[in-house]
Amino acid sequence: MTALAVEDLCKHFGGLRVTTNVNLTVEPGERRLIIGPNGAGKTTLFNLITGEIAPDSGAIRLFGRDITRVPVYRRPHLGMARTYQIITLFANDSILRNVTLALLGLSPLRWSLFKDLEQQHAVIERAHAALARVGLGDIADRPLSQTSYGERRRVEIAMALAQEPKVLLLDEPFAGLSIDERRDVRQLLNAIPREVTVVMIEHNMDVALDWAERITLLHFGEVIVQGTRAEVVANPRTREVYLGH
Amino acid sequence: MTAGVRYGAIAVALALLATVPLWVGNSYYINIASQILLFAVFALALNVLVGYAGLVSLGHAGLFAVAGYSSALFLQAGFDHLTANAAAIVITLAASAVFAALSLRSTGIGFLMITLALGQIVWGVAYRWASLTNGDNGVNVSTRPAPFGVSLASATSFYFATLVVFLLAFVSMAVFVRSPFGASLRGTRDQARRMNALGYNVWLIRFLAILFSGFWTGVSGILFIYYNQFISPQVAALTSSAEVLLMVISGGTATLFGPVAGAAIVVIMKNVVSAYVERWNLVLGVIFVVIISFMPEGLVPGSVRLLRWLWGGLATRSGASAARPSEELKP
Repeated sequence: MTALAVEDLCKHFGGLRVTTNVNLTVEPGERRLIIGPNGAGKTTLFNLITGEIAPDSGAIRLFGRDITRVPVYRRPHLGMARTYQIITLFANDSILRNVTLALLGLSPLRWSLFKDLEQQHAVIERAHAALARVGLGDIADRPLSQTSYGERRRVEIAMALAQEPKVLLLDEPFAGLSIDERRDVRQLLNAIPREVTVVMIEHNMDVALDWAERITLLHFGEVIVQGTRAEVVANPRTREVYLGH
Repeated sequence: MTAGVRYGAIAVALALLATVPLWVGNSYYINIASQILLFAVFALALNVLVGYAGLVSLGHAGLFAVAGYSSALFLQAGFDHLTANAAAIVITLAASAVFAALSLRSTGIGFLMITLALGQIVWGVAYRWASLTNGDNGVNVSTRPAPFGVSLASATSFYFATLVVFLLAFVSMAVFVRSPFGASLRGTRDQARRMNALGYNVWLIRFLAILFSGFWTGVSGILFIYYNQFISPQVAALTSSAEVLLMVISGGTATLFGPVAGAAIVVIMKNVVSAYVERWNLVLGVIFVVIISFMPEGLVPGSVRLLRWLWGGLATRSGASAARPSEELKP
């Protein structure tokens, strides 16, 4: 069964058509790269998939289930997690608390008024494990405000992974990172288990090209080329549209 | 060490609160202490929204008045205290739910304006629907209750009853702040979009927070009518909403002790300073300006910061003087 399917999805903001008849199917365990120049509608497509924006028409299916009208906050419970291109973390809290909140989001514990969060050892242990996984285990208690940009990127990824999603959506996880940090994040992505389907947006084609199995090329909200890595790279439209020559 | 200091400070504070009637003596001042505590409950309730949810309400006096009027009118109609107050709490929760359903269509300034309008509607009803509320003449509450056979007619007994309710409210706030739900609410304040994407129903969390806040607002409203034995539309006025908001902001939002300190400042200014200075509002204004200028985070966190700074200064100075002899020993 298809992990994620986008069917004839359309969205326009006023006269601007940001998503036009987008079709896309991602198989379980697949590594899918969505590329496109600035303003191609990549992040909008993610926002449509996660429900932060409602589409004008079309459908989104998660493992066969139509989730087009499912509220944003229900989708993580169905196995969908995302990271943000613009880092969206809890700046007043520690790294550990950030990841704890990600875990709490899927736990009925989040409604509890009579328990002490500091005493919820099972959740906190899982948060520590998620941080160890991204190499931040040693600085778990550090306030987020005292972390580097690269560390925050990894906190973003740790939060998404901690939720143990079936479909993981990564919005430009390499943006703004140094070469060393990119290598670290790359290793992290390689370590994601095969059960997880991963869809990644990347503006810069070279960064994640060898990571991708299949590639979707967006331009002005339309799918221009779609196929295996080799097919997309070989396609003349790719060079024309994306590389600009 | 710090935990010991904290428990010590709490024990001292409890001892002081429990002995207020002894060292204050005069029933006038005991009543002022009761007023501080009942407004502290109100300010703590508002702080749930202003401090922890990041939703600034300017209509909370409306909910306070809904509770006060409901209780007073049920009592006037001949119901016993328990029934009247239970009904008042239920009505206040229903009113809170209506406030929430309408105001949560927005956040920030939008939320503030909608709550302001809702508060004004309550004021308008209290003022104009005279057949129900007796309009500007207000409603009298002839008797105070006698829970467990203890009459609350005297200033001292009423003070102790208010203290018990205040402590319950305070403990419930302390539990709420440490709870996963408290963490969820603070998360919606800091990153609402992220919280939604993490699986939290942000709207419902805020809705429940407004009910929680509404509950304690209602309790303080009932305390108020028993204290005052009278309620008039003035209680629901915009100035009352602004006053309790000032308590929260001046004391320190998103802290447990801030709203209590803020309530103490405002009540003391209103009652004590006004006896000596006719323009006591001016004095209150100056105090707020000073607090906001020098401690923009509020009186309680600001004082903590100041004490730490002083303490740090002393520690470095003594550390420096301790280091000097060793430097002299160096060849």
